Amino acid sequence: MPYRPTIGMEVHAQLLTRSKMFCGCSADYWAAPPNSQVCPVDLGLPGALPVINARAVEATVLTGLALNCEIASVTRFDRKNYPYPDLPKGYQISQYELPLCRNGWLEIEVDGERRRIRIRRVHLEEDTAKLTHVEGCSLLDFNRAGVPLMEIVSEPDMHSVDEVREYVTQLRSVLRYLGVNSGDMEKGAMRFEVNVSVAREGERGTKVEIKNLNSFRAVTRSLEYEIARQTRILERGGHVEQVTMGWDEDRELTFEQRSKEEAPDYRYFPDPDLPPLTLDPAWVDGLRARLPELPRAKAERYQREYGLSAYDAGVLTAERAVAEFFEAAVAAAPAGVDAKMISNWLTGELFRLMRARERSIEQVPITPRDLVALLEMVAAGRLTGASGKEVLEEMFVTGRPPAEVVAARGLAQISDEAALRPVVEKVLEENPGPLAELLAGKEPVLRFLMGQVMRATRGQANPQLAQRLLQEAAERRRRAS
Amino acid sequence: MPLTRQEVEHIAELAKLALSQEEIERFQEQLSAILDYAAVLQRLDTEAIPPTAQVIELKNVMRADEVSPSLPVEDVLGNAPSRRDSYFCVPPVIEVAP
Repeated sequence: MPYRPTIGMEVHAQLLTRSKMFCGCSADYWAAPPNSQVCPVDLGLPGALPVINARAVEATVLTGLALNCEIASVTRFDRKNYPYPDLPKGYQISQYELPLCRNGWLEIEVDGERRRIRIRRVHLEEDTAKLTHVEGCSLLDFNRAGVPLMEIVSEPDMHSVDEVREYVTQLRSVLRYLGVNSGDMEKGAMRFEVNVSVAREGERGTKVEIKNLNSFRAVTRSLEYEIARQTRILERGGHVEQVTMGWDEDRELTFEQRSKEEAPDYRYFPDPDLPPLTLDPAWVDGLRARLPELPRAKAERYQREYGLSAYDAGVLTAERAVAEFFEAAVAAAPAGVDAKMISNWLTGELFRLMRARERSIEQVPITPRDLVALLEMVAAGRLTGASGKEVLEEMFVTGRPPAEVVAARGLAQISDEAALRPVVEKVLEENPGPLAELLAGKEPVLRFLMGQVMRATRGQANPQLAQRLLQEAAERRRRAS
Repeated sequence: MPLTRQEVEHIAELAKLALSQEEIERFQEQLSAILDYAAVLQRLDTEAIPPTAQVIELKNVMRADEVSPSLPVEDVLGNAPSRRDSYFCVPPVIEVAP
């Protein structure tokens, strides 16, 4: 029987609050000069008292609700003791026995199969200071210390790297929908730890933890590496040590950080500085009512209501802002422009332009209304598909409405017989040879003459009309001769 | 309830204290005496009393999410034994945080 991995995850997500978890210092530390957003609370100075940020509690409960968790009626903060310079108090304020949320789940879909990954708990804690190692010393910047950090712990319910990738992708999408986390992994807004054991089905493996993973890529690459490592050991008849690993990003391998014997003793105990919280069920219900439609529910609705494919629905709903743009476009769409067409142009042309110019949907100056106005011209045959793409690009750059761009560029498709007939006549006069062949019944030459009409009109001739006019003109000449 | 020698060594390690042999023995005795004293409290019947970590009956003390001024950088670094530019400077740490 083959070996199979069992994987659980801890995700740390910084909350998008204005101020820190336990003091009024700004939580927006990214571009701040070192140690400029610090006060006695972050520094753990004697006598400083932490006070809980209400918005951080709200954001964590909102997340718990989105992850189908039970919300605690009584919750408390505890001290997690460990000596390390990034925590000057000698402990981190965290939650141990009574987390804000527990026993939830997040649904994922891999290869058409839906699975619920159980969430053990979601709790709130504080981020630590940033350490930079230089020659001879370590530099400490406390701006990040005390930034609200939410920890989401799953049960070991995943059994493949694909499931893990889907889980973290879904989770990031949910957090961004809720507006509680930026999802910006390059800035450390989401950090991961995985635990993985490999065993034959029905047997128990030894759990190995991998810490300090800062991107989806680090998560999946380290898991692939670690699963292969453990499988190799087991296949040789060896046994896996229970250890904590780090991930070497550059060399792409895991390395041992700590053995079981060195496991830290955190001595958790309730923080006497922070009175317990009791959460009013009516307040929790109020938050529940404020939950937005979440990405998977939205994707299912798109498939049901608009007949979109699972893939397109997934792409449109991954980011809330894209989904909102799509929905606004559908709502503004005139007859002849359907959701499918909007989806195609949005995920095709518009995404291509966004990728090429590294823009997010929020940075695109095209309004949903202007997009469907453009699509209406294409759908009604007033603009060719190729011209439509050209117009979209100009709209993308300048933000001008489509009608203006079409007029300025003279791109309107020529569907007017009176305008097109002289062009057709001129093409036939200038090409006596091909005309003679056409009259002799050589139909394929029609395509060449069509090309000439298109060239003369810079691609704007309505193709169906041009072809009909060419055939009519030829027919007239045949009868006249 | 006498503490074992290993327990004293473990507590010293957690507190980052280096103890001499003589100190370990002395603290083994003293810490045990403290625990014995606390053990008197264990005799109380607390069956009907919910556990608490607080003596004041406050709850739900929270603040609105508003930014207030931080300390000036020079004050932040005022007590730093060693600094480099605006950073605190600590002996190099290679071990990775828990």
